[in-house]
Amino acid sequence: MNDQSLFSILFSAMVVNNFTLAMFLGLCPFMGVSARVETALRMGLGNIFVLVLTAISAWFLNTYILETAPYLRIISFIIVIASLVQIVEMAIKKLSPTLFRQLGIFLPLMTTNCAILGLAIFQTNRGYDFLQGLTFAIGAGLGLTLALVLMASIRETVEFSDVPNIARGTGLVLIIAGTLSMAFMGFAGLL
Amino acid sequence: MSEDGKDINIKVEDSATTESQETPPKKEVSSFRLVATLAIAGALAGLLIVSVNQHTKPIIDKYKAEQLQIAVYEVLPGAEHYNTFYLVNDELSLTLPENAKESEYKRIYVGYDASGKVNGVAISRGEPGFQDIVQVIFGFDPSSGKLSGMKILDSKETPGLGDKIFKDMAFVEQFFAGPETPLLGVKIGAGKGQPNEIDMITGATISSKVVIRIINHALEEWTPVIDKGIPPAPTSSTETSVDTLADQEAPQ
Amino acid sequence: MRTTTPSQDFIRGIWNENPVLIQMLGLCPALAVTNSVANALAMSAATFFVICCSSILISAFKQFIPSEVRISAYILVIATFVTLADMLLQAYAPAQHKELGAFIALIVVNCMILGRQEAFSAKNNVFRSLLDAMGTGIGFTIALVMMGGFREMLGTGSFLGVSLFGPNFEPWVIMVLPAGGFLTLGFILLAMGYFEQRKKAKEALTAEASS
Repeated sequence: MNDQSLFSILFSAMVVNNFTLAMFLGLCPFMGVSARVETALRMGLGNIFVLVLTAISAWFLNTYILETAPYLRIISFIIVIASLVQIVEMAIKKLSPTLFRQLGIFLPLMTTNCAILGLAIFQTNRGYDFLQGLTFAIGAGLGLTLALVLMASIRETVEFSDVPNIARGTGLVLIIAGTLSMAFMGFAGLL
Repeated sequence: MSEDGKDINIKVEDSATTESQETPPKKEVSSFRLVATLAIAGALAGLLIVSVNQHTKPIIDKYKAEQLQIAVYEVLPGAEHYNTFYLVNDELSLTLPENAKESEYKRIYVGYDASGKVNGVAISRGEPGFQDIVQVIFGFDPSSGKLSGMKILDSKETPGLGDKIFKDMAFVEQFFAGPETPLLGVKIGAGKGQPNEIDMITGATISSKVVIRIINHALEEWTPVIDKGIPPAPTSSTETSVDTLADQEAPQ
Repeated sequence: MRTTTPSQDFIRGIWNENPVLIQMLGLCPALAVTNSVANALAMSAATFFVICCSSILISAFKQFIPSEVRISAYILVIATFVTLADMLLQAYAPAQHKELGAFIALIVVNCMILGRQEAFSAKNNVFRSLLDAMGTGIGFTIALVMMGGFREMLGTGSFLGVSLFGPNFEPWVIMVLPAGGFLTLGFILLAMGYFEQRKKAKEALTAEASS
């Protein structure tokens, strides 16, 4: 039972408790994809799609099956997510081969994207109903995309700067991420 | 790797010893084999999980029940015993309707003193705070409308700032001093000495306001229901046990 | 057949191929639960349990897992042990379980564990796989405790709850917040990069000197 309003769920997941910068979910794609704004945008949108599907599946699982066997939650969630990603991969391959080629390895990697499983678990723990879960997924996806795109645009600019050798690569990405996270802290308390 | 599909139906330990050492040429693995492997793995996994669950569930439930009990007695000082009442059809009810799912019903905890009289009601409620949801349980006396205590059950507020709502004893103790309701949050020094004022924590006014807001909202929701009357119920602790409590879920 | 010795299988996961600091796997838990040493230890213990049990089981049954479904099978095994770890933690360490929250379940998608199964346990015997798992688990623990120690000491002035600097220390609260997690790992990597660079420069100098 959760009395949170849809707007507060959306805004909270997207900005105040940003999935990547505040909740530490979705870091693997964050580190790996975020060198180009275009790729980042595509990855983000792909994530929104998978997240929404996950939220719907999680709600179905929770309502109809997991009431009797709550301990099977983790296993059933991960199986559903793996299958969903497989289906989405096949669908994209058929519908848009160019997109498929561009996303490359990142599609199957979404199975191990903590954001997807994390969404299902948070949704369960907070007792969201169908509509709330859906809003949560959209908000989380938008937040992920926002973080990815911000990081990508910063990295594109930084590429032309004089960065010391030891900092190039992940070290720099993490420090940028830390600064972004601090910036996003300013949103806390807006609700 | 044995290509004989029948191996799957034998216990795995036996197969390991009777396997031949030669490696046969790589053949297409049948779909039956693929599905069967996963099915057996799934079945074994399920079995393992269920047996551990049988062992741990009673321990977990007992712990949750104890935590709830501790919290209720903390916010209802003087209570010797309490009962859980559910909101059924806008009224308080000791029992749930047939086939009802316990977790879907809101509930409150009514405390009784040693003589069996109602001495307070404890209510638990959660609302979004500065960071994520803050869960508060508080006790109040329906006849006077004054609070008897407050405890933060769950909070992810900013360490060092917002977490003072349970670490700053001066703030917490105000809720045990019988403030009147509805509560009004005031900055330290700006109050007019009204009996319903609560001094907010400097530097954590948002988190303080959240606690106050949660209590006021809960009272708005429950006072009309409580005013309809509290049904009679067992009034001494000899009539309920921790095992009954263990069946109840943690506060929503 | 691998050409490494058993002790090499064990030691390499601890530092040279440290899963978090060198291979950059398992970042989500590394950043999320290292706001205190106690949490870091609890998460490390749970992950250690999962990776060892999974490696043992997958290595023992590797002949029966067809290649086509191997990833699904690995995930199933890992998810089972994560569920067990979750239940055991909730029963015997409920305070820690509450702190770690959803991240216990997220051990399932820790790429580090799946990576070890795919790279090692599927091709080696149980004993070697166990050594590999233990080494990786210990490496993970070291990385997490390092971060947890750093963040807790600066962020709350204590270590494992024991106050280090006394009541007048003004804690750097940012350290126990998400931003601090990113910054801590970033700076640790920077430091490691710096020492690596110096080592390379020294080696280049000695090579020049001897040639």
